[in-house]
Amino acid sequence: MLTALGLQQRSDLLQAIRSFFIERAYLEVDTPIRLPVLLPESNLVPFASENWLLQTSPELCMKRLLARGCAQIFQICHCFRKEEAGRVHQPEFTMLEWYHSGWDYFDLMLECEALISSLCRIFPQMPGLDIEGQLSWGGGRVSLTAPWERLTVADAFRCHAGVDVGEVLAHGTFDEVLVTEVEPHLGQDRPVFLYDYPVELGSLARRNSKNPQVAERFELYIAGLELANGFSELVDPQEQRYRFSLEIERLRAAGKDAAMPEKFLTDLASVGATAGIALGLDRLFMLLMGSTCIAAAMPFISEEL
Amino acid sequence: MFTASDLRKGLKIQIDGEPYIVTEFDFSKPGKGQALYRTKMRNMITGIQFTQTYRSNDKFERPNLEERNMQFLYAQDNEYHFMDTVSFEQIFLTKDQLEDNLNFLIDNMEVQVLFFGDRPIDVTLPTFVNLEVTVADPWAKGDTSGTDTKPVTVQTGFQLNVPPFVEQGDKIQIDTRTGAYITRVKE
Repeated sequence: MLTALGLQQRSDLLQAIRSFFIERAYLEVDTPIRLPVLLPESNLVPFASENWLLQTSPELCMKRLLARGCAQIFQICHCFRKEEAGRVHQPEFTMLEWYHSGWDYFDLMLECEALISSLCRIFPQMPGLDIEGQLSWGGGRVSLTAPWERLTVADAFRCHAGVDVGEVLAHGTFDEVLVTEVEPHLGQDRPVFLYDYPVELGSLARRNSKNPQVAERFELYIAGLELANGFSELVDPQEQRYRFSLEIERLRAAGKDAAMPEKFLTDLASVGATAGIALGLDRLFMLLMGSTCIAAAMPFISEEL
Repeated sequence: MFTASDLRKGLKIQIDGEPYIVTEFDFSKPGKGQALYRTKMRNMITGIQFTQTYRSNDKFERPNLEERNMQFLYAQDNEYHFMDTVSFEQIFLTKDQLEDNLNFLIDNMEVQVLFFGDRPIDVTLPTFVNLEVTVADPWAKGDTSGTDTKPVTVQTGFQLNVPPFVEQGDKIQIDTRTGAYITRVKE
């Protein structure tokens, strides 16, 4: 729950983010949050709204807008994910998502770095920033000075968990090892972009042409906290249909319903090379507030309603 | 049945036929990954703790736990005998099961006994109990510093620090959760 001062700071942050993108020639869009079909993602559980669904992310509609010729778009919107509640999870949360035509995932890492650095420069008085403009909280300190670290998933697993990423994937323990052994080490001195995920963990990301085992996907971590997820977008409708069919199989094996998003696939044929990223705004605000709990950064959490 | 998404601190679940209480809990979910429920639990019978990570599709049975109002009757060797105040049924718990509760347990005290099925596994005492001071140094009148405390022993053998004006034979109220002195009681 935020105080009146906290609400003011959150509002200032939202306005500064809008200015950042408008100055960079992005178009702000607002797309429907209630949809008849979602992109099939086996690890997300949507809320039903009558016989439609609440979005788990704005990706579907935003990519359809790219097909209309929009080159750079951003959106700040609410997303809904059932069964997600914890210290850094809320079932309803605020997402910042943006797309830039012609870019790849490395270009987006740079822009993400620029966005967060500029917010910290604009709001040096935020409680989570020290006098040198570095993020600090309870004992930890993260330097935001560029360049931020880039670390491949394979290197992170080898270096922090001492295991081969292919082996943990084969054992089905990728998520456990990531959460318990790798994530706690990520972004403790400076932010890190973890990149090049196994292709089966990036169903909407383009396969890397040099190393087809990996998808051009990255996650930004600051102080062990996952803040943003970006890709070089997969824009080949045939490949995307195949990847969705694998997700739908997984969903149906778990007894859940899922449909192929046909209109999305039709429009995808008109989308050129693009990179896109989603950033959890409540978590970013939580860091700037110097808090370790997402509830402290939101106007309301579900338990308060 | 409980599912992993019901897990939270304080929840009681049954695993391999034994009751457990969740003592620590953390939800995590890597981006695009599976929900993981990292849980620390204590076996409610043995007290042994362990940590385990669960996934969304894991399910747990609800343990058959019931609290009954009972009265402490007497202790014999290692057995502490209690009587159900409604059915008059008598049961006992061992010294090991009672642990620190023994610091405050006196004859005729009404307590809550926790049963797992028909097996008594734990006792909850009243939050506040009145016990008699059996050993105390006399109060040096004129000592008005007010901040000092002194150690005394109560009828159960438990020792605690109290204000200097408390004397042998006084009854004092104690918080059974912390073992701390609350006030002197006039009876």
